[in-house]
Amino acid sequence: MSVIFIVLPLALLIVGVAVGAFVWSARSGQMDDLETPAVRMLRDEGR
Amino acid sequence: MSIETMRFGSTVSPAAAATPAAQADVLCAHCGLVVPEGLVDDSAERQFCCTGCHTAFTILHEHGLDSYYGFAERREAPVRASGRSYEEFDHPAFAQLYVTTTAEGLSRTELYLEGVHCASCVWLVERMPLLQSGVVRAELDVRRSLAVVEWDATAAPLSAIARALDVLGYPPHPFRGVARADMRRREDRAMLVRIGIAGAIAINVMLLALALYSGELNGMESRYTTFFRWLSFAITVPSFIWPGRVFFTGAWAAMRTKSLHMDLPIAIALAAGFVRGGINTITGEGPIYFDGLAILIFALLVGRFLQQRGQRMAADAAELLHAIAPSTARIVEQSSDTVRDIPAEALLPGMVLDVRAGETFAADGVVIRGRSSVNAALLTGESRPTSVEEGGSVFAGTLNVEAPVRVRVEQAGETSRIAKLLRQVEESARRRAPIVQMANRMAGIFTAIVLVAAVATFAIKTQLNATSALDDAIALLIVTCPCALALATPLAITVAVGRAAGNGMLIKGGDALELLSKPGTLVLDKTGTITEGRTALTSWTGPEWVKPLVLALEEGSSHPLADGFRRAWPGMVVPEVEHAHHVTGGGLEGVVGGRAVCVGSPRFVAARTQHVDQLVRDALDTVDRTQTPVHVAVDGVLVAIAGLGDRIRDDALVSLQQLRARGWRTVMLSGDSPDVVASVGRALGFAASDAIGAASPEDKLAFIERCKQQGTVVMVGDGVNDAAAIAAASVGIGVHGGAEACLATADMYLTRPGLGALVELTEGARRTMRVIRRNIAFSIAYNILGAGMAVVGMLTPLIAAVLMPTSSITVVLGSWYGYTFARRQAATTTSESFA
Repeated sequence: MSVIFIVLPLALLIVGVAVGAFVWSARSGQMDDLETPAVRMLRDEGR
Repeated sequence: MSIETMRFGSTVSPAAAATPAAQADVLCAHCGLVVPEGLVDDSAERQFCCTGCHTAFTILHEHGLDSYYGFAERREAPVRASGRSYEEFDHPAFAQLYVTTTAEGLSRTELYLEGVHCASCVWLVERMPLLQSGVVRAELDVRRSLAVVEWDATAAPLSAIARALDVLGYPPHPFRGVARADMRRREDRAMLVRIGIAGAIAINVMLLALALYSGELNGMESRYTTFFRWLSFAITVPSFIWPGRVFFTGAWAAMRTKSLHMDLPIAIALAAGFVRGGINTITGEGPIYFDGLAILIFALLVGRFLQQRGQRMAADAAELLHAIAPSTARIVEQSSDTVRDIPAEALLPGMVLDVRAGETFAADGVVIRGRSSVNAALLTGESRPTSVEEGGSVFAGTLNVEAPVRVRVEQAGETSRIAKLLRQVEESARRRAPIVQMANRMAGIFTAIVLVAAVATFAIKTQLNATSALDDAIALLIVTCPCALALATPLAITVAVGRAAGNGMLIKGGDALELLSKPGTLVLDKTGTITEGRTALTSWTGPEWVKPLVLALEEGSSHPLADGFRRAWPGMVVPEVEHAHHVTGGGLEGVVGGRAVCVGSPRFVAARTQHVDQLVRDALDTVDRTQTPVHVAVDGVLVAIAGLGDRIRDDALVSLQQLRARGWRTVMLSGDSPDVVASVGRALGFAASDAIGAASPEDKLAFIERCKQQGTVVMVGDGVNDAAAIAAASVGIGVHGGAEACLATADMYLTRPGLGALVELTEGARRTMRVIRRNIAFSIAYNILGAGMAVVGMLTPLIAAVLMPTSSITVVLGSWYGYTFARRQAATTTSESFA
């Protein structure tokens, strides 16, 4: 069971990476408009 | 655009128009609406409802963009191109205001587009690089109707791009709030980041807590317990110092200004929990509370974000209408006598403006050439046009209805009458006292009670049994965190604002709902609010055969009275006009189907008639003075009298009666002549003293200020003349089709015509307040329960962890399922109104 002393911090590290990715995406404006991209891809001829 | 160009001049042959539509309705190949009978061209492959749609179709077809028509969800409005030249978009002053340069050396601007609806619009607008050379990138934010365009300024001027958008049915307007939008965007992103971090932390602390709780039940080795507790502590710390900081800064600000704010009790609870949890982690005994606290921070942040977004969406929609106001003027170059477009901001006194019929004056000035009539309804509320001659004054914001005139600018921009009025509006908006929300009022009392209870618990327990006194006092502080209480008001209001928007009512601030929930004085403007705000044929005395003759003459006129005739008799087959002549300030005369016809003011027609028909003679005595009379003479005989006026909205009487039945005092306050106001007042059951006419904007403001001393005053209006009153009123409501100033200051804006929405608004407000009260009752009940358990020492960490989120969830569900405004699935009302 003592493996948990390594696995748990490791899991939290992964969480940290995910949070970092979210912060980056929000700051670079990917969350500004959640509607248009959804309709933009409907009929996109490879843009 | 005149009637001739709207309809295909060449295709309207009398034969085609006379053919009855035997088969099913013909649909327009572009917009999919029914093509009017007279426009169906049997020889053509495709049918169009107007030239706008035809042009748009041709352009798309030529550029191979036919797949636009494959969208299931397509535009459902005819293309209404404005046909403007957009020359002013190329002016250096415009570039300075609105255009920036990108790193790649391209020009970049943001444009508000009218008529944006759906997926197909995104597709089409983003194909601009294919349609217009020079455009490098075009991106559309469909929710805000805002397009970002980047183009190569050496390859194409912005005016060409603007014209291309216009032809497709998206007339562009410069976006005036770039700086503010940037600020909002930054705020939004920061808030989202905080929510993301708080959420991630909350979930992970919860997982650890789950292990700890089950460990407590089944037994767990102490080294694991210690490890889990320290880990919880370690991940909760960032939640406090980053996302949770907003509550502490908010509480600090409230304390410094000695005002009460919900942040204060929240901060106390969070701090107490954090300190106690921290100490317990170090000593290795007692509850750590971190799971509950992390969830609280997350839930509170989400609630705030939702509330802000709901209010912003309403404000954005009103702002879009604001941007649609004309921003350009045509000036005459004195030296060469040529005319060109410039931005309205660049106008200076002394310049000469060329104003065509149907255009709005961009500045205050004096008419130096031409005669016309002016509709000043926006400024004064008077629904009938007044005539102006050389030397007469005209004001910015009023509409030139009859004939082209040249105007020498006297006051422009900030010094014009309308700008002064708008400043007044801003001032009264500022003066309005901020309304303290119900929950915030309660926060103060709440904080005091909780602190007293905690101190009392500690004191009494120390007397009785010293071991658990401090623990119980702190448990009390933590469990009474007014999380549910803080969510109760904003959530209920957010849900109500969202549903109201789906029903065509945009609400900018939640406090207005609170005021609307109790009856008070409801002051309504007449023109455009109670009435339709446009001229309509209300009475007709005369034989049927005269109608086509009148319509034939009026077809080619841009006078608003002519519009009344056209709307009253749509689709009527008219004989050919052989000759027509327009006399400014009088009427129309001409030869129609071989007969001399003369339509116009009584004086104008009387000068051209020798004889009066018997039927008409009787009607002359009983004429309604509130209407504009139009006389018709054929071959020198007065044969018919038409009355044109501003028609009262269909639902006005019913809605007003419903409002009165609920205890509202209704007052009509109009700038129109007292005669007209009194007549409308009688028809709608206003008390004689509550139908007030000839009120200037200043009078309206004074009236509202007076009424405010007696309680809530709601002002409903549509014009700039109402704007100051709207801003001063407890609640200001702008109605469908209103002026920009009025929208900017109103707390609420109705995107659908009619007064029925007012009844729904007051009812919805009442129900919303009921939901809020219920929410508050629930959260207080939870808190009393929790506090009681803490005082007697029954509150285990597990119960606290369950109790705290449950109270919040109850409030969330209560807000969501509570009935406020009717639910409507397709919440696209905001974009519809701009089509």
